[in-house]
Formats: sequence, structure tokens, C-alpha cells
Amino acid sequence: MEAAEAERIRTLEETARLLRRHVLEMTHAADSGHAGGSLSAADLITALYFHELRIDPKRPQWEDRDRFILSKGHACPVLYAALAERGFFPTEELLTLRQIGSRLQGHPELGTTPGVEACAGAEGQGLSVGIGMALAARLDHKPHRIWVMLGDGENDSGQVWEAAMCAAHYKLDNLIAVVDRNGIQQEGRTEEIMRLEPLSEKWKAFGWHVIEINGHDFGQILEAFSEAKATKGRPTVIIAKTIKGKGVSFMEGVVKFHGTAPTDEELARALKELGGPAP
Amino acid sequence: MILRGPWKAESQRAYFAKALIELGRERPDLVVIGADTTHSLKTADFGKEYPGRLYNLGIAEQNMMGVAAGFAAAGKLPFACTYSVFGTAHVYNIIRQSIAYPKLNVKICCSHAGLTVGADGATHQMNEDITLMRALPNMAVVVPADGPETYKAAKAAATHAGPLYMRFSRMDFPTVTEAHDPFVLGQASLVREGSDVTIVANGIMVSRALQAAEALAKSGLEARVLNLHTVKPLDAAALEAAARETGAIVAAEEHTIMGGLGSAVAEAVSELYPVPVARLGVRDRFGESGEGEKLLDKYGLSAVQLIKAAHDVVARKAK
Repeated sequence: MEAAEAERIRTLEETARLLRRHVLEMTHAADSGHAGGSLSAADLITALYFHELRIDPKRPQWEDRDRFILSKGHACPVLYAALAERGFFPTEELLTLRQIGSRLQGHPELGTTPGVEACAGAEGQGLSVGIGMALAARLDHKPHRIWVMLGDGENDSGQVWEAAMCAAHYKLDNLIAVVDRNGIQQEGRTEEIMRLEPLSEKWKAFGWHVIEINGHDFGQILEAFSEAKATKGRPTVIIAKTIKGKGVSFMEGVVKFHGTAPTDEELARALKELGGPAP
Repeated sequence: MILRGPWKAESQRAYFAKALIELGRERPDLVVIGADTTHSLKTADFGKEYPGRLYNLGIAEQNMMGVAAGFAAAGKLPFACTYSVFGTAHVYNIIRQSIAYPKLNVKICCSHAGLTVGADGATHQMNEDITLMRALPNMAVVVPADGPETYKAAKAAATHAGPLYMRFSRMDFPTVTEAHDPFVLGQASLVREGSDVTIVANGIMVSRALQAAEALAKSGLEARVLNLHTVKPLDAAALEAAARETGAIVAAEEHTIMGGLGSAVAEAVSELYPVPVARLGVRDRFGESGEGEKLLDKYGLSAVQLIKAAHDVVARKAK
């Protein structure tokens, strides 16, 4: 069993490496886009799309599928990379990110990109949409779950807390939030711009079950997913401590790479670091 | 006022609630969402009839609109119902990104629109909602004239595919339409025939337009009255015909003159068949506390002002 678990984690790590490569190539090709927040979320997204979510790329509209909403919509390069590698659309399409006529819009667009479940971009909206889906699933006695990923900077937004209150009020244990706690938002460190800590206590006070993990440790991630699914009578939030730009040494923890694409030279260095074939 | 018609005043909210209850039976996928406004909008009646399908989400309208979007994305038919200032301006970007952009089947139904909120004053007198909602791609905008039309508009909203905004009033409105009158979304209703001038109105201004038309008839001017209950999609054909056949238009609305019905009429007429147009509406200012009917008069929306505007546009017709 332990060997199988180690192998599973090794495979997920390889997939995450592949998604990170896509993110860098996509944002480089687009000469824009949000690399830093995509890289911080890459392991969590990998765990969701390649381990957790019950989805079927051949039937993107399958009624009983799990839903995943990327409320931090600016990290869509990593979402698109996951969807393509999962078979929702061809991986060749990834390099059309942000181009005119592309299905891969600068921020996620519901109805355009197969597998995307909500429009996101203006921060703070996804958790509310997830609540609507979770309430609908409950009405229909459906067992699927709704997963919503928030950025940590997004926790500045009032709507997040309206939603946090609401999900707890309705005891939505089919709703799981994941906060990508990379500590950096557009203009700097979250604690300097608008202090979030003690973040766990805030979510607890709103009635949520809170799990804190290292968002780059697949063992911890998978364990948190299991714990979240086993939690009844209240929603769960996984606060995943991550590193913005994770995987590329010169991007890690650098505010600039929130919304900046890598240059030719940076791309070459980054891909070399990550490992794999040269571009 | 001698021009006042013999109509009885009725609650649009009561008609709306009646429609919701019937719809609830016809459409098991219909859910209703409120924001600490479920008794005021009488959506609580729906909740009594269909336990578990009414969600009162408290004073948290941003969340409310997102939840409505999620319901619609999951295949439900959500009616998000509150006061118009909270259901539009307060949550505009939530509606824009989470509902209008993905073209989700959410019906935003708001009471307490316009000046006739009355005593609560300017904070609650939403005179800019039609402008805001009309500007959103994919969004339909409906302003029923009275109770029976509110009932029909709610029924029609349920069959309309895509996001829709509908506004009505806190104040009882004169009932000028009848249960058997046809109502088609996107088609202006001809409520009075006439060939000298056209008055285009919606909401409570339909009753005032009819009053004005009766008075105009006595002075020899036959006014056509169009009830433009659907501001979007706009019935451009009816407006072009009115311009062509009557040669002058007055637009009247309980709303700012910037961007609402009057603007829609002027935009269409100026492009399709330019004729003199006058717009009656709130002229770039906030309202104030007072009795609804009196506020309408004070803010330029009396039948007398309609009559004057009609004479003015007729006088401006090309000789």
C-alpha cells in the first residue's frame, strides 16, 4: 500500500511539473497572464483534477459531476492546462491563451471553455456561485461536491464573507473551499496591504471546519481532501500555504510575477529548472 | 385633478407573488431567493407553498446574486427578488460577471423601484436601474405597467431563456390593463390608437399617458399610447411605425432620463425615422421623501406635463 501511495504521489508530482511547464509556455506565448498565482496553485489543481474530481471529459455537462470553480480566475492558465491534460480539449490549444478568437479567455468564461464551471476574474464571486450549486445538489439529492478555489488576497472581498456566513448557515458539507495562501496579491504582501491573519480563526468563527496544510505536499493535500469529504454538517475550508511562483526559483515569492509573463530568457531558465525537453 | 382615471389601485407585489406560486407548481425547478425582503415582496407566500425552495439569504445581496448564478448553472430557475436599489446598483458587477456574461437563466425581480417608493426617500428611490441593466449584454429589461401586467411579465420571464430584470413598485399602481390583454415580451402593447402624436410609456406612466391622451383628444389631438413594457429587447418596429405614422413622440418614465426608456426611444427613432421627441423623466437628480403620486408630479411626470410635451412635439413637426 505504501509503495502504491508513493507511486501515486510521484505521478501527481510529474503531472504538476507538466502543468507548470504549460503555464510558463502559455503566459510567455501570450506575453501576459498570471504566472505566479498559477504556479502556487499548480499542486492543488493537480490533486483536484488528477486525483479527486469525479468528472468526465467526454461529457463536460454530465449532471452528476463534481464542480470546480476557480474563483481566483486570474490563475486560469493552470486550470486550462489541467483541463487540456485531462482531455477536455487539445493541449495544442493552450498556446492560444488570450488571443483573439481563442476559447481560452484571459479569465475563465463559462460556456466557452469545456470544463470551466463559472465566470471569474473580478475577485470574490466564486464561493457564492458554489453555494448555489451546492444548494441545488442538495435539493436534487445528488451526491456530487462543489469545490471552490480562492486566492488569499480575495479574502479582502466582502462577498467572500457573505458567502462564508451563508454556507455555514446552510450547513453545506458538499461545499469545500481551498484558499491558495501564497501570501502575495497584486501590489505586495497580503499582510502589508490588508492584514488577513488570523485567517483560520476568521473562517472558524464563521462556522467552517478549517484544515491548514502545506499546499505543495501531495500527502497533506490528499489527506485534507479526505478529511474535508468526511466532515459533516458544515463546510470545510482548506487553507493551503503555498509559495507564489512555486517551482521556478527566480519567481518564487516575487510580487512582480503576480501578473507578469516570463521573457524568452526567463522561460528558457524556468523550463530548464523544472526539467523536461527544451522549448 | 380632473384627469384622474377611474382605475382601482392594486399591488404589483401581490400579483407577482400570485404568479410565483402558480409558476412554482408548473416549474419544479423554480427557486426563489430573497434578501431579508421576503415578506415585503410577498415571496414568503411561495416559501409557505413550497418549503425548501425559498432562500432568505439576509442582507447580503452580492452573495444572493452569486447564489442565483450557481442555481442557474446547476439547471435551476432562480428568481432573485429584492428592492431595486439592492438588486441592481449594489450588486452590479456580480450580476455582470456571474450572471449576464455567462448568460445564466436568472430572473432578477425587484420591487421598490423609482420615485414611488415614496417616504423612504432618495436612498431607496432607484431611478437608475433601467439604465444599468439595459447596458448589460444578454440582459432583458421589463417594466410592467400594473398588477395584472406584473403577473404576466413574471410568467413570461419564466419562459424567457437567459437573464432578465424586471422592476415594479412599492406603491399600488392604477390597474390599466385587463387579465385578457395580450402580453408578449419584446413587443410594445398598443393601448390607445391615435395618429397625431405617440406617447411611449411604461410602469405607472402608462396610466398617466392614458389620462393625458384623453385630455389631448378634447383639444383635437389624437395620441397613440404605446406601453413599452419591455425596454430590452426593444420593439424598434413599433417605434419606427409610431414615428412614421404620428410624426412626433413623447417618452415618459418613472426613471432618470439618462439611459432608460426615453433614451432607448430616442436612439431608435433617431436612427430609424427621425421625428421630434420629448423625454419626460427624472432630470439628473436624486429624489426625496414624500407621497408617491405627488413626487411624480413634482419631478415632471404629471399628466399635465405630458400634455404640454405632446403639444410641444406636435408644434415641432416639420411643416
